[in-house]
Amino acid sequence: MSDSTAIAHGTAEAHHEHPPYQRHHFETIAQQNDATNFAMWLFLLTEIMFFGGLFTAYLIYRNWYYPAFVAASHQLDIFWGSLNTLLLITSSFTMAMGVWCAELRKKSGLVLCLVLTFILGLGFLGVKTVEYREKWEKHHIPGLHYSVSSFVDPASDPEVHDKYPKDQPLALDMARHTELYFFLYFAMTGMHAVHMIIGIAILAFMIAKAQAGAYTTGHVTFVENFGLYWHFVDIVWIFLFPLLYLISRH
Amino acid sequence: MNYLTKENGLLSWLLTGDHKRIAILYLISISFFFFVGGSLAGLIRLELLTPQSDLMATDTYNKVFSMHGIIMVFFFLVPSVPATIGNFFIPMMVGAKDLALPKINLLSWYLYIAAGILALYTMASGGVDTGWTFTTPLSTHYVNTHVLTTGMAVFIAGFSSIFTGLNFIVTIHKMRAPGMTWFRLPLFVWAHYAASILMVLGTPVLAIAIVLVALERTVGIGVFDPTKGGDPLLFQHLFWFYSHPAVYIMILPGMGVISEVVSTFSRKRVFGYTAVAFSSVAIAVFGFFVWAHHMFIMGISNYAVLIFSLLTMLVAVPSAIKIFNWAFTLYKGSITFETPMLYAFGFMGLFTIGGMTGVFLGASGTDIHLTETYFIVAHFHFVMVGGMLMAFLSGIHFWWPKMTGRMYPEKISQLAAVVTFIGFNLTFFPQFILGTLGMPRRYASYPPEFQILNVFSTAGASVLGVGYLLPVLYLTWSLKYGEIAGNNPWQATGLEWQVQSPPLTENFPEIPIVDHEAYDYEWLENQKEKEVASVG
Repeated sequence: MSDSTAIAHGTAEAHHEHPPYQRHHFETIAQQNDATNFAMWLFLLTEIMFFGGLFTAYLIYRNWYYPAFVAASHQLDIFWGSLNTLLLITSSFTMAMGVWCAELRKKSGLVLCLVLTFILGLGFLGVKTVEYREKWEKHHIPGLHYSVSSFVDPASDPEVHDKYPKDQPLALDMARHTELYFFLYFAMTGMHAVHMIIGIAILAFMIAKAQAGAYTTGHVTFVENFGLYWHFVDIVWIFLFPLLYLISRH
Repeated sequence: MNYLTKENGLLSWLLTGDHKRIAILYLISISFFFFVGGSLAGLIRLELLTPQSDLMATDTYNKVFSMHGIIMVFFFLVPSVPATIGNFFIPMMVGAKDLALPKINLLSWYLYIAAGILALYTMASGGVDTGWTFTTPLSTHYVNTHVLTTGMAVFIAGFSSIFTGLNFIVTIHKMRAPGMTWFRLPLFVWAHYAASILMVLGTPVLAIAIVLVALERTVGIGVFDPTKGGDPLLFQHLFWFYSHPAVYIMILPGMGVISEVVSTFSRKRVFGYTAVAFSSVAIAVFGFFVWAHHMFIMGISNYAVLIFSLLTMLVAVPSAIKIFNWAFTLYKGSITFETPMLYAFGFMGLFTIGGMTGVFLGASGTDIHLTETYFIVAHFHFVMVGGMLMAFLSGIHFWWPKMTGRMYPEKISQLAAVVTFIGFNLTFFPQFILGTLGMPRRYASYPPEFQILNVFSTAGASVLGVGYLLPVLYLTWSLKYGEIAGNNPWQATGLEWQVQSPPLTENFPEIPIVDHEAYDYEWLENQKEKEVASVG
């Protein structure tokens, strides 16, 4: 057999220096961390492409049906949107602190941070439920008895009309396109919420594991990679918030 | 002791993390789907034997060709070489014990199987008739067939493909053995790297397009429906943003196989290694900027047509670089004609024709005449079947001794390669003529003057069918009765050939240290001399 490709039969002596969490097919723990980390970044890249399709659709229809998109976006409540932004950014902070605690092997700190992140995530979903419920009550859910009355006759919707008194009534064919806005609103925030729910489920799993002593043994890759995911979901919201809530507010 | 005999029992296969076992699982599953898709193709050709729609009703015909396309594209062509040969050999070629993420690799197979079962269920319960392209608003408003379940199947299969691509990229970046620099990698690995980039970046866009179709069908909103203010072209953009690069996902791994085979059987380093490596990456990059050539007749602006036409011509350049470099590799090489090489010759000829006719279609003027005719059908079958399938068979024969430890029977497989080549040309060449004469695709009936060429095509399909059945028979036979292959029956230079066949579960007794370029036959000779010296 060749010796330069080192296929000589050696003993597996290098093996017993490895930490127990090193998978058999990696040569060093650094290689393992590098590889899983890189994989997570690639996965986030696919997520960007996934959301990218929705952003493209939003861009095109906003250009086509600008008045409808402005009027429809006035239906969103800036208060709830800002509150949710605050909740998410704070949760990203607690998540980052969690990773830091894991690195320093502080078990109670890690559990606390994960629990806080979990609660803030739930809070975000709670606010989203309040907002969705409001759309339901005003018949602004596409495909389910959708009503254009708030847009054809703004005065019929005093709550929003008081905030945006200059909003002109839309012609019926333009008003119908508000349904497209709400469809994109639900598709984008819904897809984001699905990512949040998956994240919260993984958090619950991590809290249980962390309490049993995982992640504070020096093996932080999972917490670190989950942190990347959580920040990514946060960043998606950072784009959704201005596009859906803020951009038409002037 | 090797990866096949290390553990026994069904569970040791179903829960394996070993890339080689997962590759075998994939090989069995994609072969199954190939024959499902192939049977549907047989039905299509039988229907087209006569000008009238007589074997099946026209709406059944629509379902048959749609399911043929969906199964062949998403369940055979996309995973064909990467998930089987790539899965098996990329870790070995880069000198690693496994892919970087073995669990994700297994998950990818389970997703594929789940998607496949869903597709079969759809087919059994009535199928879908939108064509494999799910064209809107047809797919969202006008058909009552199983668009949702089919869409879900494609969505899940997409994730299986994303995970495969992601795994390859991470492995190629992070798992290379000491001394295995980027420019020592076999070109097979480069080709898979390029294809993986396309899988990772393109597939999510298909996923979101399908989600939107599903939402539009269930909620009834007009994202893609012009009567409700939506834009059907938007769907075309999203769909082809994946589905055009997808044809490069399908062909690039095949090109990787051809590089290995051509070099091995002409005993020469691939001519212009760097050019071939970069042409793979160039195909991946250009491949993302040509999608709108599927929309020349759909009312996109003239400027868009002009630019996409030009970019389409450009993507032919890296493909041509590969063909020329393989030809120069053959020049003054010591060529032998084992089965993998015969298939590789088939690939080079047929892919060249497929690629050249693609230039006709990229030119916007001729495209308007030829699009939606049998010319298109012939063009992409030359690339996909004449190209990718030939490459797949070439690769399977080439690496069969390594995967199984047994040789395939040479004479009969050479015969199968020739039968496949003849059958293929007889099937698809007449379709070029039919297309230029104006026979449209996707119809169950046609004017009687087209019959003679269609009879040729159907006859060819039967020959082709024999050509595909033969390998199944003799390869299965060889598992038990084939000659014992030995470590390196082809005297090839790749790392995978320097270890035992079939390989150990961890591939190498010890991680190799690489000190030579790819395709270095002199190095291989020296190794043998050293071995002789040490034995003597």
